[in-house]
Amino acid sequence: MIAQEIANVLDQQFAGKITAKNLEAMDPWIALDPAAFADVANFCRDDPRLSFDSLQCISGVDYLEPDPKKVKKAGFDPHLEVVYHLYSFKNKHKIVLKIILPRWKNDQPGEIPDVPSVAGIWPTADWHEREVFDLSGVNFAGHPSLIRILCPEDWVGHPLRKDYEFPEEYHGIRGK
Amino acid sequence: MSTITLDDPTVVEFDVRTDEMLVNMGPQHPSTHGVLRLLLRTDGEVVNEITAHIGYLHRCAEKIGENLAPYQYIPYTDRMDYLAGMNMNLGWALAVEKHCKMDIPERAQIIRFIIAEMGRLASHLVGMGAYGLDLGTFSPFLYAFREREKILDLFEEVCGARLTYSYITIGGATHDFPDGWVERCRDFLDYFEPKIEEYHTLLTRNAIFIKRTAKLGILPREMAIAYGCTGPVLRGSGVNHDLRRDEPYSMYDQFKFKVACPLDENGNHQWPEMPDEAVIGDCWARFYVRMLEVIESVKLVRQGLDRYPSSQGRHRSEAWKATMKLPRGETYLETECPRGQMGFMVIGKDDPIPLRVRARSSSFCNLSVGGELCRGCLVADVPAIIGSLDIVMGEIDR
Repeated sequence: MIAQEIANVLDQQFAGKITAKNLEAMDPWIALDPAAFADVANFCRDDPRLSFDSLQCISGVDYLEPDPKKVKKAGFDPHLEVVYHLYSFKNKHKIVLKIILPRWKNDQPGEIPDVPSVAGIWPTADWHEREVFDLSGVNFAGHPSLIRILCPEDWVGHPLRKDYEFPEEYHGIRGK
Repeated sequence: MSTITLDDPTVVEFDVRTDEMLVNMGPQHPSTHGVLRLLLRTDGEVVNEITAHIGYLHRCAEKIGENLAPYQYIPYTDRMDYLAGMNMNLGWALAVEKHCKMDIPERAQIIRFIIAEMGRLASHLVGMGAYGLDLGTFSPFLYAFREREKILDLFEEVCGARLTYSYITIGGATHDFPDGWVERCRDFLDYFEPKIEEYHTLLTRNAIFIKRTAKLGILPREMAIAYGCTGPVLRGSGVNHDLRRDEPYSMYDQFKFKVACPLDENGNHQWPEMPDEAVIGDCWARFYVRMLEVIESVKLVRQGLDRYPSSQGRHRSEAWKATMKLPRGETYLETECPRGQMGFMVIGKDDPIPLRVRARSSSFCNLSVGGELCRGCLVADVPAIIGSLDIVMGEIDR
């Protein structure tokens, strides 16, 4: 199936839940409402037309230009994206699903936004979600044990956020 | 025995029954392939649960990528999977070229093709030798490194480095092959090809090796797909999938090779030489996939060397410039590295520096299934199972 047909199938099933899409991009993507994402993910895996049995990658992307002089040129509003790359071994097709989030929940800096976890749908998401939580700061609601995976457990902050500040000191080790 | 503190959220101390014991394996254990820490919950000799603790080698590779132009990022890709640096370079270069829609000259493509397959040979030799070490046999390791040295000599001739090459770069490769390299490479293949049979005698058909690996750590097909396993781990479970054939890049579609997998594309068994004890998806099958890939790589390199003298163009695209801007938008590309599918995502912001770099590591996903594979096995089998996944911590922790 090409991306257009996949988008049509999702459109039929989940009308109104698709918030944005770009099917002409290098990797065609469909953005979804976070509230409906768990249902969409289940459908994507189980529907025989789609049967996306494999989740290749989850990435967190922070769209923020920290330099105030360059904000105009950047061409995007500050937001956070969680990107899911899906592949079907059965049908040999792929699609990119996205969830577009505010950078902080309720605009409260430090409150990381929520996304439903898909670790129960694709077990590989377990570690990927832990990594996105650790580095990009996204809370995956319903994840079996959402703890840091690459950084130490007592690390503060989420390093892949663009406004992340490197710690001055970590257990007596000078940072800067 | 480890000292476990209650702060460790994966361990609930009061949940440990008196007949269960927590054993820490790593991070400085010789058979953990780097700095991997496994926490085993054992009942006598039987392992009830393993928890992998990773991150000891985390070097912020993705964060560094947000501050460098793509060509400056090449050396960092070397240090991800440091046993297959050439293949990592290729994956990153292809992702950036796809993003910039850059055409690569035929000469550059054929150089990359030959070098990537040689890299696979070197990597699988370490994989094979180190797996022998995991199981307690030392000599295959020495034979494997003897052969690998010769490959590294060839790599040193083309780029001056023996481990972190930075040879394949955006737009092609940094240099063309030196004079006489093609002949020396052919000489190596002539020397190496008969040696493969020795490895089969040493390991593949060795009765002790079969006893240690057959019917151990069986990974069913569905579980391999659900956990995102790729490469030899996936193919060992009977999924006939290889990006080099299914989504060809770098001229792989123009050369003939056979995908190493116990089942062919129609699901028929194609390994009559498989011992009776072994089953599809066990440690032996994963190991044998790598051994067959070595043979296929030799064939591919030979075809590439035959094609090399007649290839047109330069070793690097004229279109490449250090100040080249990465257009807006995002591109994700996976390539078939020795350990599985290595994916790179690049997001541009109309500037030479990318907005975001993402590296999807194959060993990361392959290791995540380790917990399922080790459930109920013996303590002594843990290195055999984890070793059969052939992980490299540099790639997992990035």
